Amino acid sequence: MIWNIPFITVALLIAIGLYAVMFKRNLIKIAIGITIIESGVNLFLITLGYREGGIAPIYTNLPPGVKAPEGMVLPVPQALTLTSIVIGVAVLALTLSFIMKFYEHNKSLDSHSRRLKG
Amino acid sequence: MNDGRMSIIVRTIATMLLPFILVFSFYVIMHGHLTPGGGFQGGAIAASAIVMMIAAYGHERMKKKVSEEGLSMAESIGAAIFALVAFAGVFMATSFMYNFLVGTPVFGKIPPFGGNSGILDSGGVLPILNIAVGMKVIGGLAAVVMIMAMAGDEE
Amino acid sequence: MIYNEAIPAIAIGLPLLAAFLTPLINIASKKARNAFVLAILIIEELLVILLAWHVFTNDIVIYTMGAKNPTGAIPTQAAVPIRIVLEIDGMAAFMGLISATVSLAAGIYSIAFIKESNAKARYYTLLLLMLAGMIGMEFTGDLFNLFVFLEILSITSCGLIAYRQHADAVEGAFKYMVISNIAALFVLFAVALLYAQYDLLNIAAIAHVMQYTQLDKIALVLFVAAFAMKCGAVPMHFWAPDSYSTAPAAITAMLVAASQASLYALFRVSFTLYGSLMSYQTIGIAIIIFGLLSMFIGVTMALPQKDIKRLMAYHAISQTGYMLLGVGVGLYLLGSQDFNTYGIKAMEGGIFHIINHAMYKGLLFLTAGAIYYRLGTRNLNEMGGLGHTMKFTSIFFMIGALAIAGIPPFNGFASKLLIYEACYKVSPILSIVAMLVSILTLASFIKVFHSAFMGPKLHDVKEVPKSMLLGMAVLTFVIIFFGVFPGWVVNHIVHPAAMALADKMAYIAAVTGGA
Repeated sequence: MIWNIPFITVALLIAIGLYAVMFKRNLIKIAIGITIIESGVNLFLITLGYREGGIAPIYTNLPPGVKAPEGMVLPVPQALTLTSIVIGVAVLALTLSFIMKFYEHNKSLDSHSRRLKG
Repeated sequence: MNDGRMSIIVRTIATMLLPFILVFSFYVIMHGHLTPGGGFQGGAIAASAIVMMIAAYGHERMKKKVSEEGLSMAESIGAAIFALVAFAGVFMATSFMYNFLVGTPVFGKIPPFGGNSGILDSGGVLPILNIAVGMKVIGGLAAVVMIMAMAGDEE
Repeated sequence: MIYNEAIPAIAIGLPLLAAFLTPLINIASKKARNAFVLAILIIEELLVILLAWHVFTNDIVIYTMGAKNPTGAIPTQAAVPIRIVLEIDGMAAFMGLISATVSLAAGIYSIAFIKESNAKARYYTLLLLMLAGMIGMEFTGDLFNLFVFLEILSITSCGLIAYRQHADAVEGAFKYMVISNIAALFVLFAVALLYAQYDLLNIAAIAHVMQYTQLDKIALVLFVAAFAMKCGAVPMHFWAPDSYSTAPAAITAMLVAASQASLYALFRVSFTLYGSLMSYQTIGIAIIIFGLLSMFIGVTMALPQKDIKRLMAYHAISQTGYMLLGVGVGLYLLGSQDFNTYGIKAMEGGIFHIINHAMYKGLLFLTAGAIYYRLGTRNLNEMGGLGHTMKFTSIFFMIGALAIAGIPPFNGFASKLLIYEACYKVSPILSIVAMLVSILTLASFIKVFHSAFMGPKLHDVKEVPKSMLLGMAVLTFVIIFFGVFPGWVVNHIVHPAAMALADKMAYIAAVTGGA
């Protein structure tokens, strides 16, 4: 049961994020929602590579007594997560700058402040 | 706030910390192929130093010291180096991104398999790629922060 | 020129490198920068044609990044591919041709269309990165790589949509950003689900060992939802009119190609990754329903529009429906006996429609941009009589409009005919709806043509600059070529692409080596 906690957290994070994106009207909250979904997915990736009692997969200054590579966690999901974090930074910066421009034009962060177009 | 500056205590400590943060950032970039970290992480540390200076001195003064064009330039050059190294793999060896520096005097040592104490002179093209990514991230992140800090001015 | 095995990697790497050299060259001279960007786009086009020619005449091309032997996917010490493998089959090469051609036209068009400013170097940087993202998405054989290129594509296209920075553009870009971001995170989650079970990221290698467990089904749903969101099929189409209508015209043409790259990813996942494991009929019917809805709702929403680019954006949604319909019918019949006669024909129709759509819709958006360039408005009520002075633009618009409505001898007719014929086998209703939508499309474009180009001379405007005409002419040439020689195109370009989708074993075997 205890091993399932990360996965439950992942599901919760993604659900919370989707809720924020779909039902919040404030643009900043939508951006936060996207970031929460991203954290959920990243957590999922990291959890996949976890091995009980494993150490970071680095050979430099390996602690004595650790068998390599059996005693290490998987490096590939970590590389994937890192890439996704880097992309996330770029996406967040761009989203926030759009929000700033939006505020400049409309003097509001409410997504309903503009009329709907057919 | 008075012209965006913070108190003298903050400003002095920020100035004192700046070289240490930058040195740490370069350490992380240079040891990217040996320890946790690398170009992105090191670059983010350096960019955070710039954020700290903006917070302490206000972006007006930072704009005089660091130009946005210079940062964009660093970003472009970093990315171009990365792509050029990748292309060099095709023309100097067999394939795109091939690690053609292994065994040569430049970062060419091959460390023994298993735990070791960290040989900086290894990794082939990886250190070069890390430095390129570091340049790109310093330029990119710092430029983003500067532009966002300046965005409020126009109103 | 001898075939060089490194072309796939160079085709992705060249626009990336050029993108970052552009701002450096910009300092030296603006003219040199324009020439440099054009040269890169032309070289890219030639590279892709060379590669496509090789793929269509020989076999699937694979290229392993950073390997000693780039043509072997699996390293000698390992049993599965561990490096990033680029894999180009008929379908991927076909999509590469679309992306490179549209980018070339958009690049030429932009020289005069985008006003000279400090930001123009960044515009070209983003345009080249967008091209790299599209080509990367189409050529990669690796799921995680697909995600990375998808994100490159969405970030750059959002940046370009908001290029003009007025309120509508920012709104369109923000919508597109949220949609493509959520789609990309869905893709990443699905990739993680697959990685958790098979420890693999290579598409062919996963397809080889796929068990079709419950988790795989969840991943399939996530993939389909994400890519359908990105390609603008109807339940998730609301971003398209906003971002298509506010982006600069050249970028709108690129966005059409970009959403088709997502369509390609949808087909790649459903045909190659899952293929024979899933129930063809259920997925086929689902795609057909998506297609019908997109066709019908798209065209009915387009009819009352007054904004010329918004109108065209709704038509883009409607035309996406044709592609989904064609390929959906193919998927529905796949595995049954009718496949060899009707199914493959439906798929050819759908796939042929992809390239036709990219060409004529790109052309139409470029003509709309030309009108905007001279009049400064997108409102149809303020136009009129442009045919007197903008002769070439009106001819180009006419060709695009007749092609989209499926009038012979233009290319839209060829692909729509294939779709009508093949759909009739499944249900006559499908063909009837498809024809009805086609007629409504024609009606809508006659309205646009009439209100924009006909009538008394209202505005004293000149023809647009030469580079814009040249950009439109590139696409017009392709449209007429495809319209006059549809048989040759179907046999030599479209048929290999359709077969590449239907035959997933060849795709798998190219990586795993037999078996």
